[in-house]
Amino acid sequence: MGKVLMTGNEAIARGAFEAGVRFAAAYPGTPSTEILENIARYAEIDAQWSCNEKVALEVGLGAALAGSRVLVAMKHVGVNVAADPLMTLSYTGINGGLVLVAADDPGMHSSQNEQDSRHYARLGKVPMLEPSDSQEAKDMVAAALDLSEEFDTPVMLKSSTRISHAQSLVALGDRRDVPVKPYVKDAKKYVMIPAFGRLRHVVVEERMARLRELADRSPLNRIEWRDRSVGVICAGICYQYVREALPEASVLKIGMCYPLPAGLIKEFAAGTEKLYVVEELDPFMEEQIKAMGIAVRGKELFPLVGEISPNMVAEKIAGRALSGRLEVPGHSDEPIPMRPPVLCPGCAHRGVFYILRKLKLVASGDIGCYTLGCLPPLEGMDTCICMGASISGALGLEKGNPDLKGKVVGVIGDSTFFHSGLTGIADIVYNRGTVLTMVLDNRITAMTGHQHHPGSGKTLKGDPTVAIDIGEVCRALGVKRVSEVDPYDLAALEKAIRTEVSAGEPSVLVVRRPCALLDKSAKGIYYIDTGKCIDCGLCMKLGCPAISRGDEAMAVDAVLCTGCGVCVQVCKKEAIVKGGQS
Amino acid sequence: MPGKVTSVLMVGVGGQGIILASKILARIIQKQGFDLKISEVHGMAQRGGSVVTHLRFGESVSSPIIDAGQADYILAGEKLEAWRWLPMLRTGGTVVTSTQEIKPVPVIMGAQKYPAKIMAALEQEAGGRVGSLVALDALALASACGQPRAANVVLSGVLSRLLGFPPEACEEAVREVVPPRFLAENMRAFRAGYQY
Repeated sequence: MGKVLMTGNEAIARGAFEAGVRFAAAYPGTPSTEILENIARYAEIDAQWSCNEKVALEVGLGAALAGSRVLVAMKHVGVNVAADPLMTLSYTGINGGLVLVAADDPGMHSSQNEQDSRHYARLGKVPMLEPSDSQEAKDMVAAALDLSEEFDTPVMLKSSTRISHAQSLVALGDRRDVPVKPYVKDAKKYVMIPAFGRLRHVVVEERMARLRELADRSPLNRIEWRDRSVGVICAGICYQYVREALPEASVLKIGMCYPLPAGLIKEFAAGTEKLYVVEELDPFMEEQIKAMGIAVRGKELFPLVGEISPNMVAEKIAGRALSGRLEVPGHSDEPIPMRPPVLCPGCAHRGVFYILRKLKLVASGDIGCYTLGCLPPLEGMDTCICMGASISGALGLEKGNPDLKGKVVGVIGDSTFFHSGLTGIADIVYNRGTVLTMVLDNRITAMTGHQHHPGSGKTLKGDPTVAIDIGEVCRALGVKRVSEVDPYDLAALEKAIRTEVSAGEPSVLVVRRPCALLDKSAKGIYYIDTGKCIDCGLCMKLGCPAISRGDEAMAVDAVLCTGCGVCVQVCKKEAIVKGGQS
Repeated sequence: MPGKVTSVLMVGVGGQGIILASKILARIIQKQGFDLKISEVHGMAQRGGSVVTHLRFGESVSSPIIDAGQADYILAGEKLEAWRWLPMLRTGGTVVTSTQEIKPVPVIMGAQKYPAKIMAALEQEAGGRVGSLVALDALALASACGQPRAANVVLSGVLSRLLGFPPEACEEAVREVVPPRFLAENMRAFRAGYQY
């Protein structure tokens, strides 16, 4: 079979298939989402979206203890959510192999921070592998599962945006038949009460010692001797950048970035004149290498922030970049307008932030498309920290400043609500808070590209399932005031928010409209009656890409307009009229 | 030393069919027996956003990303994007751009102006820092072929001819990559570009 062009995420999914994985779980998150979307295509693998990353890892560990090979995937910040089971799963070990894929996002292409997930391998005392292209991404899934079973430990596989979303050629293999291992009850191994945990910690440290030995002889780590005047230690995408920038340099390619191969590093250091370590974000390898008593240069040259590039490697180590910006006269004379991400035309979130700003409420926000509601001209969001913090953070805002009582709204999406919203609601009810929680229910996980969730009625594999009702959940949690509103009806939306935010008790407002990208129903489109339009610009405050100030007059773009009708309700002169030509 | 690597930066605006165009090019390149790597960034709602695809091919490719001043070709579905990404071109590289104009949000909002003299500035550089410039109304050509969203497929046709890829292999790749129900108009669009 010829080689196939695959993204890192497709390759990881293929790797799971070939390595005999029987169960996979994840919560969507860029840049990891497509791993499970691709795994779902293999009938041999039972794959699911879980409510959140902690749940995904817990279901995964159950499947592994039961005897199956398992893959669990998440973005870097998802590992924070899954950290609790991960730390103790390291103690219990597994039965069937378990690989946890963590996809980092240096440069924050689509994330709220750029934490370095390699620290989790060290913290949890679990091995971590780091591929440099799609072929390695595929092969390392099998290597991780073999290692997992040989050493009775979960194994982490670290990807990043440039691995997950880059395509390169992959040689495919067949699926290995890995039977389900027998399930054996073993309380001393799987019940982590202190008495048993103390015994298992000793096992973990013994395992680490054996893994350190393995690191030196594993084919995952290798020295490529070339010119010995410069030696570079690197892993992941940085290996490609180093090969591009310094084709003559000797390289110690690290495929297992935790634990590091101390013997190999010492051998490499002894054989090279100048030693460098090239790694994105934290000096994870550098600090460990320095602790071995080896002189190496890393973060004194390379940034702690953002991505590295081949040019940066050439400039910092060889003293000369491979190339530079093409300087064209006039290019910097005039600022080039950016194309910032915006809420789509017809997006149901637009009216919500328009009203929140109009009412001058404090909006405790969350993670999803609706986070864009913080940007001009809407500017209707005050905070966004992590999944679920909207609801619990809103309670804190109210508790932390008496002036904010009756003015605080938590704003959360439907998928985020099932991820981490329920505990926040219970906290508000239990602690006698009075904040209003608005669940922006667009019936899908929109931000990451339309994945199903517990409220959408379909599983990852597309099978019909129970659609959990958000309002019913909130009632069951003790919220007495639960109502629904259509965000396309601005008057009703404003009235509902005004009433509920000052209700003096917990309230949940489910703001329901399917994502505009999925709702293909023809609603007719609008045009601007230039005879009535006074060019006041009120409609521009919605930030709809379909409305623009043309050279002569305001105009609606007939291609972009979805007919949501929100702008009509904002116009005071009845100048926006139905019936434009599509 | 690995042999020469050719770097193509494909830029445009979300919804212009850049993904399909890069798939077609990738398949053609694969048929020529080259190694290749493609890098894209997904994420934040991309509708109407600036979209960039890095495509590199040759005997052996290491980095999947193109650095500033390294692109042999810039393939732009929209002229402001050609202008924005111009510093990525190597001296003497080729710009293939559609003359289409899509206003960015700050322009729509009236906060900024769409730069007026992009094509004039590019034409002035042609034959110098910009080695050669191919400017065409890819949207009009694609529309004439029955699919306005195939503007980037037109551009991939132009590039395939510039790179000297044989027409038979190109058309085979188009047939393999494009779903059958969209094949006719996309094949016309590719040919329109190849013959431009």
